[in-house]
Amino acid sequence: MATILLVAEQAHGHLKKATLSALTAAQRLAQKGGGQIQAVVIGAGAAQSAQELAAYVSTVHAVEGGGFEHGLAETHSAAAVEAAKKVGATDVVLAATAYGKDIAPRIAAKLGAGMASDILAVVSANQFKRAMWAGNAIATVEVTTPVKVVSVRATEFPAAQKGGSPGAVQQLGVTAPSPKTRFIEFNEVKSARPELTEASVVVSGGRGTKGDFKPIEALADVLNAAVGASRAVVDAGWQPNDLQVGQTGKVVAPKLYIAAGISGAIQHLAGMKGSKTIVAINKDAEAPIFQVADYGLVADLFKALPELTEEVKKLK
Amino acid sequence: MKILVTVKRVEDYESKIKVKPDNSWIVTEGVNYRANPFDEIAVEEALRVRDANAPSEVVAVSIGSAAAQAEIRSALAMGADRGILVKHDGFLDSDAVARLLQKVVAKEKPDLVLMGKQAVDVDDNVTGQLLAEYLGYGQATFASKKESLESPEEKAKKPGLSLGADKKSVQVAREVDGGLEVLEVQLPAVITVDLRLNVPRYASLPNIMKAKKKPIEELTPAALGVDVAPKVKVVRVEAPPARAAGIKVPDVATLVKKLHEDAKVV
Repeated sequence: MATILLVAEQAHGHLKKATLSALTAAQRLAQKGGGQIQAVVIGAGAAQSAQELAAYVSTVHAVEGGGFEHGLAETHSAAAVEAAKKVGATDVVLAATAYGKDIAPRIAAKLGAGMASDILAVVSANQFKRAMWAGNAIATVEVTTPVKVVSVRATEFPAAQKGGSPGAVQQLGVTAPSPKTRFIEFNEVKSARPELTEASVVVSGGRGTKGDFKPIEALADVLNAAVGASRAVVDAGWQPNDLQVGQTGKVVAPKLYIAAGISGAIQHLAGMKGSKTIVAINKDAEAPIFQVADYGLVADLFKALPELTEEVKKLK
Repeated sequence: MKILVTVKRVEDYESKIKVKPDNSWIVTEGVNYRANPFDEIAVEEALRVRDANAPSEVVAVSIGSAAAQAEIRSALAMGADRGILVKHDGFLDSDAVARLLQKVVAKEKPDLVLMGKQAVDVDDNVTGQLLAEYLGYGQATFASKKESLESPEEKAKKPGLSLGADKKSVQVAREVDGGLEVLEVQLPAVITVDLRLNVPRYASLPNIMKAKKKPIEELTPAALGVDVAPKVKVVRVEAPPARAAGIKVPDVATLVKKLHEDAKVV
């Protein structure tokens, strides 16, 4: 029987939410092509994360110890391939996060597998939908190899639900290859707000903010929202890189997306068009952002956002 | 040292992308072509690393139809020393591209391979990683700079990649979820670049003229001994689902009312 291997992502013993979306994609793949799902968790804290994942998946393999502390592509792809061989995987599925994008192609190359990257939907056992040209076209791609690797755009799949009875966690002993890369440091951007790709509300600012994000942040706080930014804002150094929403930044699909002072370049739209409700606030009535907005307000954000913040407060 | 840098010919991101009526591909007539913007950042970085570590050489490689000569010329006009075109008409999947590049690397033996993190046509974001695995090299994807693009370091056109004193390794700051990760990679290595590594230069007129005299070597998949049959085929291309037209609201009070009562999102 076919076996689908889910490669989980975790940090410090906690699963990343995107993994549960990738699991949903794996379940849909199992429905189309038959087969059972097993998972592997790699890195420091993997055993603990594996317990968490076992609430969703019947068998979870944990790879921990020397050489796997940091998410290096060389060592983590090697561990994923060991797990894939052990379970006889016909498919390897993972979330297309920075981590997933880094390791998935190396897994595919080691397995001689074709890879469908950043998929939006599972069409059949070997066909998938994915965005091309910044989302201006949706392609159906067919993977022709016996083993397939699939990376999943997490915002397109809901998080999986817990199974009936908890699954088993197994330690998987893997000798780490000696990598040609060495971890030096991680400079974390700390924020009290929800993570951009996981928030149900996102408030984003563009060039129209002139670098002043106070009105954006004040509104985000009353909505318990994540803060996003356009490329222009990030390029100018006004906000950190990882707040960029767009084709080349983060792809988000919250319930509510508020774009303030963002003109709506194609590459920005590619990153937020999937949002359920889109609000655009811009001084320029001709800005392309209004073409995708459910509700458009032609106004100066420095006047409209504080008003909006006060009105929302009144509702709470 | 020798730096190999990729330049893919892609549809200009400012061109209107339309799907063909038979859903086989996009309409290519009337579309402008240019070098993949991420590859331009890779070329710029290659030039900065070269100039900070003389004597060095930058080789620009493209895989595609004869028309891709134009994108190699644009890299040469920016300052690359010579070009290689692996000539192939028609679709190649990223795996075939990676295996072709593997053969080019075996022939050229560069210390560093610099590539855009993705090409903005198929938006695959896999070729650099595939290449690194096929070569058995270390990789650093999504290379960025610690400083902003308006910093004095950028204005001084310093490389964002820092080579070790012995030139046997390179330190790379990577844009990952939640922050910047710094890795040290042994050379030779594959590095894919993200948006904020640098601001690519414009080619000056004298350099455009000079570029016309720089050599471009032509190769083919057959000459490199690579079977380019795709592992991943594109079977259908369609337009994205359109969003229903929205409405303009006159003021904040109306907006909040709509969001609260109709959309029920606040």
